[in-house]
Amino acid sequence: MFYVTMFFQYMSQYMKTRLEYRADLIVEMISDFLNQAVNLVFILVVFGHTQFLSGWSRDEIIFIYGFFLIPFALFSSFFNIWDFNERYIVKGEMDRILTRPIHSLFQVILERMELESLFGVVTGLVIVVYAGSSLDLAINWYDPFLFILFAIGGALAYAAIFIAIASIGFWSDAKTSIMPMMYNIGNYGRYPVDIYNKVIRFLLTWVLPFAFVGVYPAAYFLGKKEWYAFSFATPLIGIIFFTLSIFIWNRGIRKYRGAGN
Amino acid sequence: MDKYVEMIRMRFLMMLAYRTDYYTGILIYSINIGAYYFLWNAIYGEKSSIEGLTSIQMTTYVAIAWMARAFYFNNIDREIAAEIKEGKVAIELIRPYNYLGMKTMQGLGEGIFRFFFFSIPGMILVALIFPIQLPYNPVSWGYFGISLLLSFVINTQINLLTGITAFFFYNNAGLIRAKRVIIDLFSGLILPISFYPFWAQDIMKYLPFQGISYVPSMIFTNGFSGSEIVYALLQQSVWVLILLIPIRLLWTAAKKQLIIQGG
Repeated sequence: MFYVTMFFQYMSQYMKTRLEYRADLIVEMISDFLNQAVNLVFILVVFGHTQFLSGWSRDEIIFIYGFFLIPFALFSSFFNIWDFNERYIVKGEMDRILTRPIHSLFQVILERMELESLFGVVTGLVIVVYAGSSLDLAINWYDPFLFILFAIGGALAYAAIFIAIASIGFWSDAKTSIMPMMYNIGNYGRYPVDIYNKVIRFLLTWVLPFAFVGVYPAAYFLGKKEWYAFSFATPLIGIIFFTLSIFIWNRGIRKYRGAGN
Repeated sequence: MDKYVEMIRMRFLMMLAYRTDYYTGILIYSINIGAYYFLWNAIYGEKSSIEGLTSIQMTTYVAIAWMARAFYFNNIDREIAAEIKEGKVAIELIRPYNYLGMKTMQGLGEGIFRFFFFSIPGMILVALIFPIQLPYNPVSWGYFGISLLLSFVINTQINLLTGITAFFFYNNAGLIRAKRVIIDLFSGLILPISFYPFWAQDIMKYLPFQGISYVPSMIFTNGFSGSEIVYALLQQSVWVLILLIPIRLLWTAAKKQLIIQGG
């Protein structure tokens, strides 16, 4: 309960600071939106030259991209920890975090929230609805619930990867550029995994489960029966990887010695 | 002239001191090239060529477009904006050199550094992993070199323009980000211009952006025939000249409007 009230406290505080600089906020949202639009333009232009991408039609690819945006937006709003190493470990901020009465990771998440990224959920939903209706997808009563479940599962899987990598900072405070690399690898999950070779497909499924953020869960809604097993594994994968990453984080905290003054 | 050469040298040495940052940069670019490689392979499927490019040419295009980006890309717009915000620009303006010229030279120093420590090793690495066809004709390499240099100039001019806007807006971070997205899309980095629908190509013909990535990459992949190359190089040169005008105008206006907040 304490965690929930803390969460809303921080959230309202965050809103206050952000709304103070509205122009900046709007510009940021527009440039996020532009980024998403560029990827969409790429898909649209490419399908001017081909009918299918490894058996997936244009609208199916657009649907996958739209779905991907939703867990990605959830992830980037709440797990904005790509600069954790520099911001918390190198500057010694982690010492302060450890004196706080809530779990250290939760404290970091509260401080680093970026709620404006949630706008990506709206963009994603619009794209999904557009692609879904032009595909004439049948909707069951339980589909919206599965949609939410899969989106959260995907966001957890995404978060797990970044938490695990952030935890490396506890063992070595050397500057690493693994984080931006991960962001780029994450883009692989936006497209059907069958376009990649076996090694990459394996990596995206079992090592860095980026495929569970986009193509696997989306395959269920597109009625691709051959991927159903992976689709339904999404929440499970999310929970397993997330738990694992928390475990790594907690181990790391014990190793943490502090830096700076 | 000497002082500008010195600027190039200083920036080069500065970059050299932080060279380890660049090894991961090469990996990141390779990851991006890889993503597009698989994507394009799937797009080509059974087709042997699309819009006159074979799938091997396409892979080469993607690889050279990204590795060339390492050369022409710079953050001088961000640097100018930061110097204006911090008030440092006041000192810069009384120094005995042309501020914009000096910024360009710093960008060039950075570009030369990245060319040798990023583009070339990156290209070698990528050529080992993916099927890439390097031009066998020395003349193509020559044309490519000229075109790459012009692409650097055009990109830098656009960066100067966006940088100068900080004189008027104070906070132009959003504009800089938007510019980056526009250049990625309209320069031909993520898609060759010839792939766009005709109406879009017609618009882009009148924009300077394709001189940044599309022209050098097409020359490198042998996607242009002889006369097309000459025409494209001419077009790039014309844009270099045209862009001088808004820079001059905006710069004069900016100096009049300048208010130094501390410093």
